[in-house]
Amino acid sequence: MLGLVFVALILAWLIYNAVTRTTPFFNVLLIGLTQGCVYALVALGYTLVYGILQLINFAHGDVFALSGLFASTMVGGAVFGLTSSSTTFGLIGGLTATFVIAAAFGALVNSSIEFLAYRRLRNAPRLSVLITAVGMSFIVQNISLAVYDVNARSIPQLIPGADLIHVSGVSYTWDAFFVVVVTAPVLVLLTWLVKSTRHGKAMRATSQDPEAAAIMGINVNRTITFTFALAGALAGVGATLYLVEFNIRYDTGFTLGLIAFTAAVLGGIGNLTGAVLGAIIIGLIQAFNEGPFLDAPGSDWTKTLVFTILIMILVFRPEGLLGERTPEGA
Amino acid sequence: MASSAGRRARASVRGYRERATRASGLSRVGEWWASLPERTRAWIPVAIVVTLAVLYPFYIDSLPTNIPIIVQFPPLHDTVTILVFVMMAVGLNIVVGYAGLLDLGYVAFYAIGAYTAGWLASGQFQQVHFSFGAIGVQSNAGGIHISIWLVLLIAAIVTAVGGILIGLPTLRLRGDYLAIVTLGFGEIIPQFVRNADDLHGFNLSGGTFGINPIDQLGFGNRLHDAVGLPVTYNAYFPPTPDRLFYWTILALLLFTLFCSMRLRDSRLGRAWIAIREDETAAGAMGVPLMRTKTWSYAGGAFFGGIAGAYIATFNSGAFPTQFDFNISVFLLCMVVLGGMGSLWGVVVAGTILAWLNFDGLGNIGSWFNTNILPGSHQIDVPKYSFGIYGVIIVLMMLFRPTGLIPERRRKREIEEGTRGPLDEPLYEMRGADEPGAGERGAGGRVPRG
Repeated sequence: MLGLVFVALILAWLIYNAVTRTTPFFNVLLIGLTQGCVYALVALGYTLVYGILQLINFAHGDVFALSGLFASTMVGGAVFGLTSSSTTFGLIGGLTATFVIAAAFGALVNSSIEFLAYRRLRNAPRLSVLITAVGMSFIVQNISLAVYDVNARSIPQLIPGADLIHVSGVSYTWDAFFVVVVTAPVLVLLTWLVKSTRHGKAMRATSQDPEAAAIMGINVNRTITFTFALAGALAGVGATLYLVEFNIRYDTGFTLGLIAFTAAVLGGIGNLTGAVLGAIIIGLIQAFNEGPFLDAPGSDWTKTLVFTILIMILVFRPEGLLGERTPEGA
Repeated sequence: MASSAGRRARASVRGYRERATRASGLSRVGEWWASLPERTRAWIPVAIVVTLAVLYPFYIDSLPTNIPIIVQFPPLHDTVTILVFVMMAVGLNIVVGYAGLLDLGYVAFYAIGAYTAGWLASGQFQQVHFSFGAIGVQSNAGGIHISIWLVLLIAAIVTAVGGILIGLPTLRLRGDYLAIVTLGFGEIIPQFVRNADDLHGFNLSGGTFGINPIDQLGFGNRLHDAVGLPVTYNAYFPPTPDRLFYWTILALLLFTLFCSMRLRDSRLGRAWIAIREDETAAGAMGVPLMRTKTWSYAGGAFFGGIAGAYIATFNSGAFPTQFDFNISVFLLCMVVLGGMGSLWGVVVAGTILAWLNFDGLGNIGSWFNTNILPGSHQIDVPKYSFGIYGVIIVLMMLFRPTGLIPERRRKREIEEGTRGPLDEPLYEMRGADEPGAGERGAGGRVPRG
């Protein structure tokens, strides 16, 4: 009840702003959607792993940062040597290669974490695994720190910030479009992978009942490794996309990971569509919070806002927007 | 054959006894030791450690300063901070160790404690003039000035209430969700105090500059004249202020340990441990789950609040940068390393880790760089401190989940696999190739889909 009133108030605020400041409203809407796409890729990683192991993989955000840093050395430096003046063909080729390599790298790191730490704790209490995940997060973060040092890494502006579409002050830029162009096929591919392939079937079976899955001849350990690899690959793609717009530091992953996790919880953790929906909502919330609107709290408060949402969801609707209510209440 | 062997054995026993009586000194100590009641035997090492700790300021200057690897024992000033962290680890142990609830936002309590001290014992609110027993403050100074001793208590109570407020809506949640919610609070509160310098024009927290200066600890003129207690701690020449701060935090830590021990053995503490071992069974036995868990939160928060207020007056300031998520993990690392629920384990691990953090890693790093790696390849060890703590956490969880000094009960729990709120196994991977598969007979647990 209280929640409905709250949502109604937010809607009223949005409509008010849409009417009074139409141009920035739509610009911010587009920014939020773009940002939401990147969050979606990371949130899916949390949701995939949680779905199969019921483990909050705290290290996921740091895998994101590490693969982003890795990708930044691929793009600009000696490997592909892409600059803003590269030919279109070279740009597409180089970026595609970077995406593939970053995805492979993320997959490798994430599944190694599973292999080195979580696998040995299959029969351990859940508290132990969760604490191990926190420890792994710090280890991965410090690997980033050791290899790439404290400075933020960025890549040259490869995708022009010029307008793709421009309607009465509202502009849709090429780089925002690029993020959607990359995210959409990845999401389609992921859905296909989980819904229609043998591996996906094994994942769903393991997530429902690992013992029964094992009895049916599914190699449970391999399925779990595959899931971690998939999550890591998504983080790699997400990190490369993130690089197109922002820069990455060794500790970028922590906050971003928590925001993405919030998105996954908002959508209903373990639910793939929910993760994407939640991520887009969180992206919009962040954009509107930071936008030039009446009484918007501003970027200083983004983290507070996102975590307040997280706590409210967990308290009032722990199954999230699209999750199913279970007897355990979460 | 048999009888001769027996005779020889008897003879050797007699010989051993004779030899034992001859080597009189040691064995007499041993006999005396064995004749002591078990309680006394358990307390003597504690008494020795406490005595050594109390006298530390007197013999620290005569300790060597060129010890290999660790270089030197911590200087007194750092020891105060170390003990504050040990105190917080003991507080966190109530939540994580006794009640088995993972708290990843303990730093929130630390922050609440520090800022309560900032609000109640500084010139932060110039609009008001209120003074109550404050030492070393001019009577017409703006702001709220309450005696720091009282503030320590108020901060503890405020923080405990904060713990209850955080706990009430969230403790219904399952373990890992609870961890995330506490983490959320641990992130929100520092960001709140960082940004709360302009709440519609009202400066609540001083923003990034924090609140300083905060009033000093002291006993005032009357007690000084009557019993000779110091007027204010900072009125003396070094090293006296550090010594006073050291003894005060030592006393607070001993108080915390005493409370923690008595709590563990109380009805409430046994209820916590029952919940940790098996929440469902504890509920069925009539343990009020919500209330008991909330009290564990309040108990843990109470000591976090004292620690926060104390460090605020010691540093004479509360700054938002002090309250990172890292601190929460660092404290968790102490509890994990020492052994969850094991009081002495947490104290030992807390002391070691806090020392490593404030002194040790720097010392070890510089020793390593000068003696092992002279030349260009220098490693900045403190830079990777949290990576090192991460490695410690993971290794402990993989190879010695009971901690350095395991609590007996907790050890049995882990070995026998009882299940607390968080202790549901991830998955029982019992393939046909595993010998002894199915022995535990937990049955098919259906995870949530």
